[in-house]
Amino acid sequence: MALAGIFLMLFLISHLLTNLLMLAADGGKAFDRAVELLGHPAVKIVEYTLFAAFLIHILLGVILQLINYRARPVKYKKAPRTEISTFSRYMFHTGIIIFVFLVIHLINFFFVRMGWAPLPETAAHSHDFRPMAVALFQNPWYSGFYVISMLFLGFHLKHGFQSAFQSLGLNHTKYTPAIKIIGTLYAIFISVGFAIIPVYFLFFFSS
Amino acid sequence: MNVTLKIWRQQNAQTKGKFKTYPLRDVSPEMSFLEMLDYLNMQLIEKGEEPVAFEHDCREGICGTCGLYINGRPHGPMRNTTTCELHMREFKHGEVIYIEPWRARAFPVLKDLIVDRSSFERIMHAAGFISTNTGSAPEANSTPVSKIIADKAFDAAVCIGCGACVAACKNSSAMLYAAAKVAQYAMIPQGKVEAKERVDKMVRQMDAEGFGFCSNTYGCEFDCPKGISADFIALMNREFFSSRVCGHKQK
Ligand code: HEM
Ligand code: SF4
Ligand code: FES
Repeated sequence: MALAGIFLMLFLISHLLTNLLMLAADGGKAFDRAVELLGHPAVKIVEYTLFAAFLIHILLGVILQLINYRARPVKYKKAPRTEISTFSRYMFHTGIIIFVFLVIHLINFFFVRMGWAPLPETAAHSHDFRPMAVALFQNPWYSGFYVISMLFLGFHLKHGFQSAFQSLGLNHTKYTPAIKIIGTLYAIFISVGFAIIPVYFLFFFSS
Repeated sequence: MNVTLKIWRQQNAQTKGKFKTYPLRDVSPEMSFLEMLDYLNMQLIEKGEEPVAFEHDCREGICGTCGLYINGRPHGPMRNTTTCELHMREFKHGEVIYIEPWRARAFPVLKDLIVDRSSFERIMHAAGFISTNTGSAPEANSTPVSKIIADKAFDAAVCIGCGACVAACKNSSAMLYAAAKVAQYAMIPQGKVEAKERVDKMVRQMDAEGFGFCSNTYGCEFDCPKGISADFIALMNREFFSSRVCGHKQK
């Protein structure tokens, strides 16, 4: 769970940096070059690992949650007042939101690339992601959904980052406080980073 | 002061329980929480009703028997305090106080507020010990332990096995308890000899008992009356990995 989570977190960094190239002033040339790399065999291996990581992470997450529901058959009458972070309480729920986002996201882009979904008329070919994204993001509903999903992704990561270290036993009186701060910064970087892309295409971009 | 108690009453493990309301008058703020329950029980006995069953023994915070879930928190509203150390002065005149047993599949209710915590004992029986040498005690200085490590091991060893960590955890996980019991041995030379087999057996037993899985919410640490740190959970995870990767196959 933690190892898969860490792999996913590393993937998010590379995915975000690639996507941010869409905002570059070169009309998307750098982004297109980055997308071309996706065809490379080495990237293919990473791609399969990524699917495996998602599958493992989601499966374990669901199993974990089911076992944990079963572990307390009779609930407390008085709502618990034990103080825990809100993000940690709702990991499963934020996970479900990310999952829904993921499915829609894959249909929008990955399916088109694989030729499983029809090519939108804005795109020249199946790898021409930027015009596809621009068309989608100029729909305020889609952009809104995207931004809110990224917010929940940030919540998931805020708890998940330090949780992964704790789960792997990587805990130290000197370094753990730093890990928590880095985790918070990471969560903000990822969720704000992804969220500014639709905001840009919705409000500040005219094609 | 007057309080209204809403107490979980359950005849035995087989029957269903329910809350009963008991208005209680003239409670002294000086009473401990358990004395307040004694005071209630005296009145119930005088009226010919069945007294509320709850567990207690030392009444000084060391035996770990007195766990009650009071107004949404194990051991009540004070941190680092067992139920027996809690006093009525922490409550307001006229307050409604909910008293529930620990809720976990691995802690079935025996009667009213008493739960069966033998699942904890079985975790200890699995490997929560150091195989003893026979003969007289060895020379103390022949096994040096640094002060920092000795103190840390002691911080783990103060766990009284009350089960508040399980009661507090949204997943009913017993990780803090098991971690304290693993850590008290794992850090010192005497315990290191059997450390790899120990953690493996104790964690297996914990999982077999039907506790939930840890998701690092740290509610256990917040409500542990002995202030056991969740750092020990990371230590146990580390021990567990090293046992899995480097430990010998067990029969
Ligand atoms: C980009 C996507 C995702 C990333 C980067 C991510 C990252 C993480 C990390 C690092 C953890 C902590 C692991 C640990 O402490 O062992 C975690 C926990 C968890 N994740 Fe995800 N996750 C993602 C998507 C999902 C999805 C789609 C689900 C689907 C249901 C999900 C459900 C969970 C659950 C249930 C937990 C653990 C329980 C907890 O710690 O409270 N995650 N995630
Ligand atoms: S770790 Fe704390 S809360 Fe859990 S059993 Fe030990 S003393 Fe009680
Ligand atoms: S009665 Fe012994 S700890 Fe409370």
